[in-house]
Amino acid sequence: MLDDFLVRAALAGVGVGLVASVLGCFVVWRRMAYFGDATAHAAILGVALSLGFALPVTAGVLAVAVIMGLAVAVLSSGRQGADAVLGVLSHSALAFGLMAVALLPNVRVDLQAYLFGDILSVSRGDLGVIWGGGALVAALLACRWQRLLTATVNGDLAAAAGISPEREKMVLTVALAVVVAVSIKVVGALLITAMLIIPAAAARPLARTPEVMAGMAAVIAVAAALGGLQLALWLDTPAGPSIVASAAAVYAATAVFGLRRA
Amino acid sequence: MRLITGTGLRAAYDGRVVLEGVDFRLDAGEIVTIVGPNGSGKSTLLRLLSGALKPGAGRIERAPGLRIGYVPQKLHVDPTMPLTVRRFLDLPRRVGSAKADAALVRVGLGSEIAGRQVTELSGGQLQRALLAQALLREPQVLMLDEATQGLDQPGSAAFYRLIEEIRAEVGCAVLMVSHELHVVMSASDRVICLNGHVCCEGAPEHVSSAPEYRALFGTGTGGALALYRHDHDHGHDGHHHHHHPHGHAHHHHHEGAE
Repeated sequence: MLDDFLVRAALAGVGVGLVASVLGCFVVWRRMAYFGDATAHAAILGVALSLGFALPVTAGVLAVAVIMGLAVAVLSSGRQGADAVLGVLSHSALAFGLMAVALLPNVRVDLQAYLFGDILSVSRGDLGVIWGGGALVAALLACRWQRLLTATVNGDLAAAAGISPEREKMVLTVALAVVVAVSIKVVGALLITAMLIIPAAAARPLARTPEVMAGMAAVIAVAAALGGLQLALWLDTPAGPSIVASAAAVYAATAVFGLRRA
Repeated sequence: MRLITGTGLRAAYDGRVVLEGVDFRLDAGEIVTIVGPNGSGKSTLLRLLSGALKPGAGRIERAPGLRIGYVPQKLHVDPTMPLTVRRFLDLPRRVGSAKADAALVRVGLGSEIAGRQVTELSGGQLQRALLAQALLREPQVLMLDEATQGLDQPGSAAFYRLIEEIRAEVGCAVLMVSHELHVVMSASDRVICLNGHVCCEGAPEHVSSAPEYRALFGTGTGGALALYRHDHDHGHDGHHHHHHPHGHAHHHHHEGAE
């Protein structure tokens, strides 16, 4: 079954969709979308470094994404103008990454694949990385769920209950870096943030509790992954953007539903 | 029993010193109010004591395993986050539905509010929901940061009466921050007047007549305090002890305290 590249593509899309959508709820609730962008854009720099030092791409991307995430977390915490700092970091990471890729000697890189993903070339090994990393993040979120929610609702309230809001923020930062590292193959650095926030935002009008929203986001992400892949086959369009476009269509539908109900 | 002791506390934001050399103590069962003008470091002191902030200098000792019920100044839940009152009460630890309903009823909200979204509550309802959440932690100390912001005067008076009733029932200590001097002070056993440091401290009557306090707030509130106390005699007479910063603790006895 895994010999079929379409089956591997579908499994990869579903795996990334499941974990990105649930983590994406926190990204939406905590207004970390720019944070996601910065981490994802840094991934290109990670790709360049991995190729330059002949390291596995996932490892290089993960390392750079973690460093970027922590840097952003420290630089943007409690300061005014965090928005601008994030914008500077996010886009300069991308620019430096693209330059570094171009400067690599004797390496011809298919940049398109890293920017927009190349889901149809997912290998068995890639699947292992995606589902392994995804399971790790899912386990992390599940066992810290109550703490993460409390810290998201109110940091002072969490602190009074012995929960460190800073530590929970670090947990989310690392989780974000892992998700970026495992999804770059599927949707690419430019569209990872879309897989984080669109399914979560689409689930919002359908939910009355955080858990229902996370569950609905996961369902929407899986539907978008499979639907987008099908769409890409029919229309002969790139798979990553087709998946994101499918999720956006669901977002539009639930937004209209939410408006009508309100 | 001593719940919290702070010694020589200092706090600074971006190099600007907000608190310096603050000593603090809280005993089981007492109601202590921190008053002070805007920017005097009231909320900062509360955040130090609750553990939300680390002091730049000095030390804080809490009784081992101290359970704090914390009522924040505001609860800003992002509109993208769906959160019912019932689900909110389940943070940070889940509680049974019977307990949750009882807590909502105790703070004067019907249990039918459990299904409403937190973002749909009025200011007064939200404050009471926050209080219910804090009570479900079975607190040894209830901490309230400007809990009645946005409530009108009768509304905040009612809220503080509720706090007093709950203190009497539960026996927990209460530590609150407020700028509504006349309403808050009548309900307190001890008032700490703060302005970067402890200006004066003691029973409400003592503080409201202290020259340091009058220099900060003028004499106008004294009349309102007397008026309010006339209407609601809580039997605090006999607490006219005088206490100054860095002095030793006087002993308190309260009906609700163990």
